[in-house]
Amino acid sequence: MLQDKIQDVFNEPGCATNQAKSAKEKKKGCTKSLKPGAAAGGCAYDGAMIVLQPIADAAHLVHGPIACLGNSWDNRGSQSSGPQLYRTGFTTDLSELDVIGGGEKKLYRAIKEIVQQYDPPAVFVYQTCVPAMTGDDISAVCKFATQKLGKPVIPVEAPGFVGSKNLGNKLAGEALLEHVIGTVEPEYTTPTDVCIIGEYNLAGELWLVKPLLDEIGIRLLSCISGDGRYNEVAQAHRARVTMMVCSQALVNVGRKMQERYGIPYFEGSFYGVSDMSDTLRTMARMLVERGADKGLIDRAEGVIAREESRVWRRLEPYKPRFEGKRVLLFTGGVKSWSMVSALEGAGLTILGTSTKKSTKEDKERIKKMKGEEFHQWDDLKPRDIYKMLADNQADIMMSGGRSQFISLKAKVPWLDINQERHHAYAGYDGIVNLCEEIDKTLSNPIWGQVRQPAPWESGPSSTLMAAE
Amino acid sequence: MSHIQRFPSAAKAASTNPLKMSQPLGAALAYLGVDRCLPLFHGSQGCTAFGLVLLVRHFREAIPLQTTAMDQVSTILGGYENLEQAIRTIVERNKPAMIGVATTGVTETKGEDMGGQYTLFRQRNPDMADTALVFANTPDFAGGFEDGFAAAVTAIVERLVEPSPVRIPTQVNVLAGSHLSPGDVEELRDIIEGFGLSPIILPDLSLSMSGRQPTDFTATSLGGVTVEQIRAMGASAATIVVGEHMRVAGNALELKTDVPSHFFSRLTGLEATDKLVRLLMELSGKPAPVRLRRQREALVDAMLDGHFFYSRKRIAVALEPDLLYAVTGFLADMGAEVVAAVSPTQSPVLERLKAATIMVGDHSDVETLARDADLIVSNSHGRQGAARIGVPLHRMGLPMFDRLGAGLRVQVGYRGTRELLCDIGNLFLAREMDHEHGHEADESHGCGGGSCGCNAV
Repeated sequence: MLQDKIQDVFNEPGCATNQAKSAKEKKKGCTKSLKPGAAAGGCAYDGAMIVLQPIADAAHLVHGPIACLGNSWDNRGSQSSGPQLYRTGFTTDLSELDVIGGGEKKLYRAIKEIVQQYDPPAVFVYQTCVPAMTGDDISAVCKFATQKLGKPVIPVEAPGFVGSKNLGNKLAGEALLEHVIGTVEPEYTTPTDVCIIGEYNLAGELWLVKPLLDEIGIRLLSCISGDGRYNEVAQAHRARVTMMVCSQALVNVGRKMQERYGIPYFEGSFYGVSDMSDTLRTMARMLVERGADKGLIDRAEGVIAREESRVWRRLEPYKPRFEGKRVLLFTGGVKSWSMVSALEGAGLTILGTSTKKSTKEDKERIKKMKGEEFHQWDDLKPRDIYKMLADNQADIMMSGGRSQFISLKAKVPWLDINQERHHAYAGYDGIVNLCEEIDKTLSNPIWGQVRQPAPWESGPSSTLMAAE
Repeated sequence: MSHIQRFPSAAKAASTNPLKMSQPLGAALAYLGVDRCLPLFHGSQGCTAFGLVLLVRHFREAIPLQTTAMDQVSTILGGYENLEQAIRTIVERNKPAMIGVATTGVTETKGEDMGGQYTLFRQRNPDMADTALVFANTPDFAGGFEDGFAAAVTAIVERLVEPSPVRIPTQVNVLAGSHLSPGDVEELRDIIEGFGLSPIILPDLSLSMSGRQPTDFTATSLGGVTVEQIRAMGASAATIVVGEHMRVAGNALELKTDVPSHFFSRLTGLEATDKLVRLLMELSGKPAPVRLRRQREALVDAMLDGHFFYSRKRIAVALEPDLLYAVTGFLADMGAEVVAAVSPTQSPVLERLKAATIMVGDHSDVETLARDADLIVSNSHGRQGAARIGVPLHRMGLPMFDRLGAGLRVQVGYRGTRELLCDIGNLFLAREMDHEHGHEADESHGCGGGSCGCNAV
């Protein structure tokens, strides 16, 4: 049952943090208990949607009252090069009567309507808190619908109240492992087939990386789940190597694919120049180890050498402009971490970062890399950030959308580096994009104007001077 | 809640591209119009996160919103402890003047007794007597955004307003419905103050959601009607109730304070505004200010200039019920034909709509009904469907995440009506002018990127 699955997910041998824990701590899981009245962030259902919704040709049906989908649909920047069905919001919109009488029949009818009208390759059904409380068995309904309608209908058991977004990511991964991966055979395979896990093609980032893979001769067999297609995800088990992009979130998928199908995995990142190069290098090496043509490594090195020299050349003009500019990095993710060296290479000074979501090892790594002076804030309150910015301790803040107003209201430049962002920062071109965005906002002429005092705030002398 | 069921809901089991938003979200917005308030959702933390993101995207403002962070265990065993802990934490950390609690699907399915929990909290926490507390029942699985907004305003009235032995003849109450943007509320205040009256507006979003520049970081709403002002509403000479969904709150206020209510189902349109101005003349005993007279002339002029472009235009409108009523009414006033009016929820106001088809539905229904329409009026979620059928979209309501200044649009009073008239009229005008250049509708042509609804890029 769901509880067993959650325990299983918490007991993740592929996770270094988990390995270091005692048996008792392990059982408690990796979800920090939330403090009522001082909590922020999404729920497990939110996390499950983040992982699966980028599968573009599938229908995504939310079984719950209107809040779960009605307040949230069409709000992510995951892009598709083809089908757009994933952007359509489907929900059973449970009413009072469904809460009392049960919503299973309505759920089946909804699945049937979607299959008849849109004919998607698959339907993902998301469980939410209310039907989980009233006891709607979505797995049974999905099983029945699969048989009746002849289409894969996949239950995603991650009702919001079981935990955080991160847990939801993992439960979505479990749904893929249980119902999707391994159910479709590719038309043909090659020795250079790879699967990328945890890349969602936000702002089209995958498209900055894929051409490089194509050029080296690596075939992206399956991406979970950016610009994804259901059948591609289902044939992920034929990959020769798996890359995990956001390792914290979907480590269970990578590890279990190794267990079941013997596919080795590695953790990599597309952010930052050296991380990008390491990723390409590792991918090529591991493919060769599994029998791909040795020439792959040379081709990879060729591409890396060319792209690296190109990217440093393109970053050169920013150096004088960025000199002395201080960046406050306010994000939990490790992935922004790999941007640091590239940003420093472009001449920026990184003041410090929040480490709320980072693991102990991450923190050690940062310390080793940056020295003791570098700030690591564990629990920085919005008020403290506001004060730092208002006191002119930083020239720009880079963070997620949630905290943008802390910076903007302090009249300090801000850049979105989280999932709602509109620009692609992955790969070599991405880091140039990032610098361009930083430069654009830093050099915008509004900053001088908005900091001017209002006419009724300035003293009479300056008014006279202005009048002269 | 007794809703009339005259208008058919779509018979579908799968709501597709929902128009509906949840009750707690509406309640949160109402609470945000109270000064130094922190809205609190009694539910799982995801309920709060989604609502927060939606409001942030619409207003482009920091949105204070907290959660009782219910998990599986507390959901089953009862949520009082989480609620108490949340309120205590908020008071200690943020010292708000008011905490507005809205229940969610999770706590309503369990059947938490909010009345009992209020009493219990007050008994157990006498040290927090200074913080105003308002609880509203807003289940996700019934009603929608407007109902939640109404429930919160009613709860505020019932909990905070007190009868007064004195009457202040120049003080008037305004119960401002969720269909009024912060810009609308600002306009309304201007109009009322023009008659020498001082309004207490509940909720007052114009003071909190209009792009404030704080001098310090606050985790509560910054501006809005104060708790003291709300308590003093009983001393007003009259209450102006704007929107059908404010009627219950208006009645509650009148029952409690004997302040007479005046209902306005809409304030968009010439005659609708005339009605308000007449009331204000009567209440104040003063003539209409010169500025307002000029604005009326300008609106009449815009109607004369603009009616050419509105006559017999076929328009589909999908908005929250009271905004739907205001907009379809205005369009009918201008001679346009409302081919479809789609509401996310049932409401008594649907009875009075003038439209060829009226239904309770979602954006996919709009897509079907608006196939040969000249225009769709809806929120930003209408963009996908409008693009698919090639009909231009005029954005109104909430959420409006792909336009700047969504919160400050004005569509009430003479000036606001004129702005709306010009905005929509310009869409028609642009289309006619573009096509005068001799392009065929099905060809790629230079209308500036689909302003006429064609597929030009």
